[in-house]
Amino acid sequence: MNSSRRDFLKVTALGGSALSLLGFDLAPAYAQVRELKMARATETRSTCPYCSVSCGILIYTIGDKAKNVTPQVIHVEGDPDHPINRGTLCPKGASLEQDILNPRRLLKPQVRRPGSDHWEDISWDAAIDEIARWTKKSRDATFVAQDAQGRTVNRCEGIAFTGGCTDTNEFNYLVVKSMRSLGVCYLENQARV
Amino acid sequence: MSQATLAIRRISGHAGPAPGAGVERAEQVCKLVDTTTCIGCKACEVACLEWNGYAFSQTTFNNSYQTMPTTSWNYWNLIKFNEHEREDGALMLLMRKDQCMHCAEPGCLAACPADGAIVQYTNGIVDFQQQNCIGCGYCVSGCPFDIPKFNSNTKKMFKCTLCSDRVSEGLEPACIKSCPTGCLHFGTKDDMTFLAEKRAQQLRENFGMEKAGVYDPQGVGGTGVIYVLHDVSNPEAYGGLPKDPYIPWVVQFWKGPAKWIGNLAMLGGIIGVTLHYLRFGPKQVNGWKHKEGGKP
Repeated sequence: MNSSRRDFLKVTALGGSALSLLGFDLAPAYAQVRELKMARATETRSTCPYCSVSCGILIYTIGDKAKNVTPQVIHVEGDPDHPINRGTLCPKGASLEQDILNPRRLLKPQVRRPGSDHWEDISWDAAIDEIARWTKKSRDATFVAQDAQGRTVNRCEGIAFTGGCTDTNEFNYLVVKSMRSLGVCYLENQARV
Repeated sequence: MSQATLAIRRISGHAGPAPGAGVERAEQVCKLVDTTTCIGCKACEVACLEWNGYAFSQTTFNNSYQTMPTTSWNYWNLIKFNEHEREDGALMLLMRKDQCMHCAEPGCLAACPADGAIVQYTNGIVDFQQQNCIGCGYCVSGCPFDIPKFNSNTKKMFKCTLCSDRVSEGLEPACIKSCPTGCLHFGTKDDMTFLAEKRAQQLRENFGMEKAGVYDPQGVGGTGVIYVLHDVSNPEAYGGLPKDPYIPWVVQFWKGPAKWIGNLAMLGGIIGVTLHYLRFGPKQVNGWKHKEGGKP
């Protein structure tokens, strides 16, 4: 059978249009979904710092812990293996990523002077010096060596201390030791709230 | 570019059936929202924002605990707070998680004229493909739940994806995972329906809520998000949940009969022209006649 180039083109064009009319579809049968943003990120277990429930969290950071990578948090969610929360989080805990990434996060010590209406920056050294000075002054002013009946009590009623729920046992041991040595009675912890 | 894909069951604005539809089997996924145990903490709202990478919007105060009046293009999940007076006169807060319902027969997809802008995967998730979206907003008119929202910067429509990125990798949606009271559940449609019916029965028998029931409207073929309500006979009390949602008849007519009427009219025109040519031959102007093989 002889066929010219013209015939070949005719048959191709006709066949192609017939196929497309009869439902031969080159459109994809699959649609892409967004890449799982934590697919190969490093997963680190931690504890939510907010309240006394101390939910377990998973922190996802970029990179695979390779030497040349500086990790940064990209996502935080509940730890399903943690017996307390089993993967759930409260609204505040669900926003934990913002605890690290929010530009309004507090990065340096600040002080609000008595009677002042604003916070001012202070260096760590100045802050520690000032805390020490006020502690000494308050303790000297409010220290009670003996109560009204003449019993030795050695307590400092002008100072209180409060801790947070993520404070470790070791930290709390030191806190209690140092505060008791000052005579502080009002020791409180946010974990009791 | 993402390598994660999901097989398509339905596709918007597409001539003929979705290619490959029905070839792969997948479990229907479903969210179950038990409104009787929701405490309105909004952890699901925050988890949704955090996962999808949207900034925390400025909230508005409207004498309600509700974060904002409605969902928006970058706020897909909103707990609707509704003060409700019970029959005994006591006040109660009805709290409902408002998000895309992932209908089995989605009105948005039916109304969408852009090829492939809205797809329904074989696991039941209805998802917008923003690269194909033309921003016409017809999906809003097709949706009985007022879910698709327009982003005026990118001129595209956005809504809850049921975390298709997480679900395609075998994870649960972010909102479900965060819920601290366990009022949100995720699983197959069969399992969620079973759980929901069991919970509704429990409410009817043990808690004196005779009208408790499951909201899974059949007007849109059932939904991928089902609710357990205290009073299933009055879903409007939960922030305007339609009692019997359906795809608007304009959209149904436009995408159904109107298409075939148009096709018939076009075909009839072509057949008429052909018959006219066969019967009367080519049109002749003032006796002018086209001569074969030469100039007139």
